[in-house]
Amino acid sequence: MDTIVLVKGLRKTYGAVVAVDEVSFEVQEGEIFGMVGPNGAGKTTTIECLEGLRKPDQGTLRVLGVDPQQDSKILRQRTGMQLQQSNLPDRMKVWEALDLYASFYPKAADWKVLLAQLGLEEKRNAHFSKLSGGQKQRLFIALALLPDPQLVFLDELTTGLDPQARHAIWDLVRDVRARGKTVLLTTHYMEEAEQLCDRVAILDHGRIVALDTPQELIHRLGAEERIVFNLKGNLPASFEKLLTGDIRVEVQGERVTIHGKNGRQVPLVSEVVTLLSSQGIQFSDLRTEQPNLEDVFLNLTGREMRE
Amino acid sequence: MKSLQKMTWMEAKLFLREPMSAFFTLVFPLIYLFMFGIISGNEPTPQFGGQKTIDASIPGLTAVIICITGLMSTTMALSTYREKGVLRRLRTTPVSPLVVLVAQVIVVFAMTTLGMLLLVLAGTLVYHVRFDGNPLSMLGGYILSSLSFFGIGFVLAGTMPTVRTAWIVGMVLLYPMMFLSGAFFTVEILPAAIQKVSAFLPLTYVVNLLRGLWFGDSWSQHTIDVIVLAAMLVAGVVVTVKLFRWE
Repeated sequence: MDTIVLVKGLRKTYGAVVAVDEVSFEVQEGEIFGMVGPNGAGKTTTIECLEGLRKPDQGTLRVLGVDPQQDSKILRQRTGMQLQQSNLPDRMKVWEALDLYASFYPKAADWKVLLAQLGLEEKRNAHFSKLSGGQKQRLFIALALLPDPQLVFLDELTTGLDPQARHAIWDLVRDVRARGKTVLLTTHYMEEAEQLCDRVAILDHGRIVALDTPQELIHRLGAEERIVFNLKGNLPASFEKLLTGDIRVEVQGERVTIHGKNGRQVPLVSEVVTLLSSQGIQFSDLRTEQPNLEDVFLNLTGREMRE
Repeated sequence: MKSLQKMTWMEAKLFLREPMSAFFTLVFPLIYLFMFGIISGNEPTPQFGGQKTIDASIPGLTAVIICITGLMSTTMALSTYREKGVLRRLRTTPVSPLVVLVAQVIVVFAMTTLGMLLLVLAGTLVYHVRFDGNPLSMLGGYILSSLSFFGIGFVLAGTMPTVRTAWIVGMVLLYPMMFLSGAFFTVEILPAAIQKVSAFLPLTYVVNLLRGLWFGDSWSQHTIDVIVLAAMLVAGVVVTVKLFRWE
């Protein structure tokens, strides 16, 4: 498998602010690689250095084997880029945008096919300003696919979209990869990174604090699982003592959360349910929660990911 | 080349879909023409120093169109493109952002010309205007005037931080120029103090040049106008190249 993107010791400062420091990673052909982290973590700066839009202060960058600064023209012909802050003129129609941008590439993909694949056929004659957030992003993905690129950059693709539109976009990104393209994306949604990415680099304050597959990152947490349920009445004081192993009980109003380590002999959930029934305690809405990347971030940085 | 062609066609469509710019370039000058016609017909009038109203107002209104397309259409289109990130998106493609600037010049020039042709057509059909000049000279003066004003638009769009400031500065420049440059009435009927102001307005030179050429003046009678407009054009290009901010 080929290395599509190589980053070694990237550093970029804006005045006194260090936006990115000592960032190194590689992206292999055919994978969906994600950079995830809170706003201001350095994701966009990193991706824009790779796109050749910003000049790094230090570090070695190779994208499709070339230096993004020196050979930006080659990159622009062979990669698709979705930028975080950019737009089209309000009164440009969907088909016109595709037709226009197709004329920029020597061997453009057939935009009529992309229009259908991205579900924009109905919106063919709609003005850009009349599109919903999800439709705009689908159009941007279509524009990024016009050069029939080997590599697609997607910067904060689903920010501001409702969950339904976000799930639809995820399916599209998986489709893009299924067509043999490599995807490098940034997001500040941990769930998105977990659902979509083969490998994830977690960034915080301009540095990579962890890099692996989402499953491995979670696994490495030595993670705990949680049982959550609602209670009518009070929990007997002895309840916690009757459970085995290393557990912790948290009560907030009528909601009870029981934290326990993974990999017990008897699953925590069956132990809790048995105990609740045998004690005749009324409960509702019981569910188990597995740890996620959100927990990984919290564990690594001591902070919640929320903006 | 294909990109420039598509971009130009696209920009032309966008120009016509923007009601403000289409109105001010194509309809507004005609309204003035007919207003002058209704008020005084095509008769000699002191408003234009004894020349016939409509004969004199066609080059004057052409100057107004040039001023509006240069200061408003060009400025607004390009500063909006920058603020909204349209230029930024173009930078992700192999096409040079210069293509959008060139397309803009072509379209604004074509629309200005269309506005002028509508004026000439209406003037000829309704008021039987007289044209005493040389068509080629007229065309040359018209091209020089247009380009030098587009230069102002590019400088504004390229240097003002936001669309809003570009719009305000454009307006502040536009109004005194329209009314004090002699486009709607000759400068000689204004108070002496205000006549002095008009000498500092670039549009005054456009009005003088176009009206002069319209009535058959030779270029040598308008050396100062030509020098001022050519200097503006050169300054506009230099400042744009040096200071234009793409983001």
